[in-house]
Amino acid sequence: MSLLGDRQQLAYIASQAADARVNVELETEGMTLNIGPQHPATHGTLRIIARLDGEQVIWAEPSAGYMHRGYEKLTEVRTYPQVTALVNRIDWLGSFANEVPFILAAEKLMGVEAPSRAQHIRTILFELSRIANVSLFLGDLGVQLGAVTPVFFAFRDREYVLNLIEAATGGRFHPNFDRIGGLKEDLPAGFIDETRNVMKKLRTFCDQIEDLLFGNEIFQSRTRGIGVIPKDVALQYGMSGANLRASGVDWDLRRDQSLPMAWNKVDWKVITHPDGDSFARCWVRLQEVRESTRIVDQLLDTIPAGPVMAKVPKIIKVPEGEAWVSTENPLGEMGYYVVSQGDMGPFRVKIRSASFNNISIVPWLLKGVYVPDIITILASLYFILGDIDR
Amino acid sequence: MFPLSSTTDSTTEAPRDEIRDTEIARVIAALDGAVLDSLVKPNDDMWIRVSADAWVATGNTLKSLGYSYFCFLSAIDWMPSPFGKGEDDPTDPPKERDTAVKQGYTGGSTRFQVLARVMQPFSSLGINIKVDVDDAAMAIDSWSGVYAGANWHERETHEMFGIGFNGHPDLRNMYLPTDFEGHPLRKDFPLLARIVKPWPGIVDVEPLPGDDDEEEGEAS
Repeated sequence: MSLLGDRQQLAYIASQAADARVNVELETEGMTLNIGPQHPATHGTLRIIARLDGEQVIWAEPSAGYMHRGYEKLTEVRTYPQVTALVNRIDWLGSFANEVPFILAAEKLMGVEAPSRAQHIRTILFELSRIANVSLFLGDLGVQLGAVTPVFFAFRDREYVLNLIEAATGGRFHPNFDRIGGLKEDLPAGFIDETRNVMKKLRTFCDQIEDLLFGNEIFQSRTRGIGVIPKDVALQYGMSGANLRASGVDWDLRRDQSLPMAWNKVDWKVITHPDGDSFARCWVRLQEVRESTRIVDQLLDTIPAGPVMAKVPKIIKVPEGEAWVSTENPLGEMGYYVVSQGDMGPFRVKIRSASFNNISIVPWLLKGVYVPDIITILASLYFILGDIDR
Repeated sequence: MFPLSSTTDSTTEAPRDEIRDTEIARVIAALDGAVLDSLVKPNDDMWIRVSADAWVATGNTLKSLGYSYFCFLSAIDWMPSPFGKGEDDPTDPPKERDTAVKQGYTGGSTRFQVLARVMQPFSSLGINIKVDVDDAAMAIDSWSGVYAGANWHERETHEMFGIGFNGHPDLRNMYLPTDFEGHPLRKDFPLLARIVKPWPGIVDVEPLPGDDDEEEGEAS
């Protein structure tokens, strides 16, 4: 009995020793993989340094800063109306949405409120920039996974939205249309009918993307259960927008915050998903485009009459004070902390951009994933380089 | 029909904000003496200033009070810029400028303040927390152990303001080259583009006629 036990024990020790020998002989050496700064699978110039053990990431670190333009410093030498031209370029796919929180912060300090027609049109343009932004994401998503067709659909249909933004503001990408106290101009003739048509097209686009991509078996197997972010981790990293809602947090600043905008005047839903994986993040964004088209449709029906500009002085001086305003931008919570000392320009502006926080989770999230999933996870987190570096 | 007197009374009374007033009382009680000053702007926002010793404890307490969403962390350099708005003619002799440090909400005594904001999800109640950074030490404790998201924000603040964060795992530069000298967001760091060439946009901000009575300015 005891002899058998000893023999078992000896066999066990021998096998352990053999394993150790094999491990020494075939020692798997770590490898450092550098993705980017210029790489077809990264959006822009984000560089990711990943240390690999075989196919598995054991450590990863995104290295941002290739597009730092120093907007926080530049705002200090600009007047308030000039700042919108800068902040346009933070998230360049949804630029109008960047102007709104800054203008709202300046209006809050000045005690000015835009007329309700301007608030409505602002909200419409805000949602149009969200649609333009996220529809490109939906197309780009396919490219990351090797599906080429969706991106053509996305570029085609985004063009309709950009045409609308151009018709209203004069700029396809950088409208610079929001003013303290209202908007630069009223909507052009025919905008409302045209927008209705485009919203129908966009809903068709969403259906097509859902059929082509979200029902696709390869897409599902590449995204389901990959890159799971639990609720509490997402919150303490300050993730926001669709990334947070895909982790099951039912929080949308459009609904939960009282701002002088028109979101609370229409009927729409906040989309959440309990899974927190890559698929959930993509799915939430798709549904949000649908909700945005609904918001725009309803707002078009209810645009009030009246001026689009409140009575504001020609030379804008903002009284002393500090204000924080953030809105639910296409990428997440975008906010400005404006410190004014009674000048024509801000004393200090802290720009809180969504992608900076959203991407700061990457070192945590990429630990233990396989190399091909790096690209899926980054694609599903959806960041804009200008929004990280500012 | 319309009691004018009572309506004027209600408008002269400062607006109250029950939710934020009770919330800030709860926060101050929980922080137990660490709060040096606080401010509530009704229907707007809350500010507190805490002592530097209690900075990490403040983060932990706020997190346990439900402020689980980390919004941002940055700093403010309260010194007025020696370069003004960068609109001087570089050939002119340097101008005399006011150098008195003027603090913002909840006061303070140092040139640099670290500013952070955390929020309660769902209720969207946020609180701005300020802490004075001692001019000699130029460092405070790190929040990266409290809110994981503070890691990158502190790196950015360290790079841009030169404020150290004790206990931070990795304060490498995010944006600038490693051997870059200076801290760009400090007010005494010149914006070189405005130094080497006069700002052409200055013509846009020349005083217009009627600058004095701008309060009655017309809508554009």
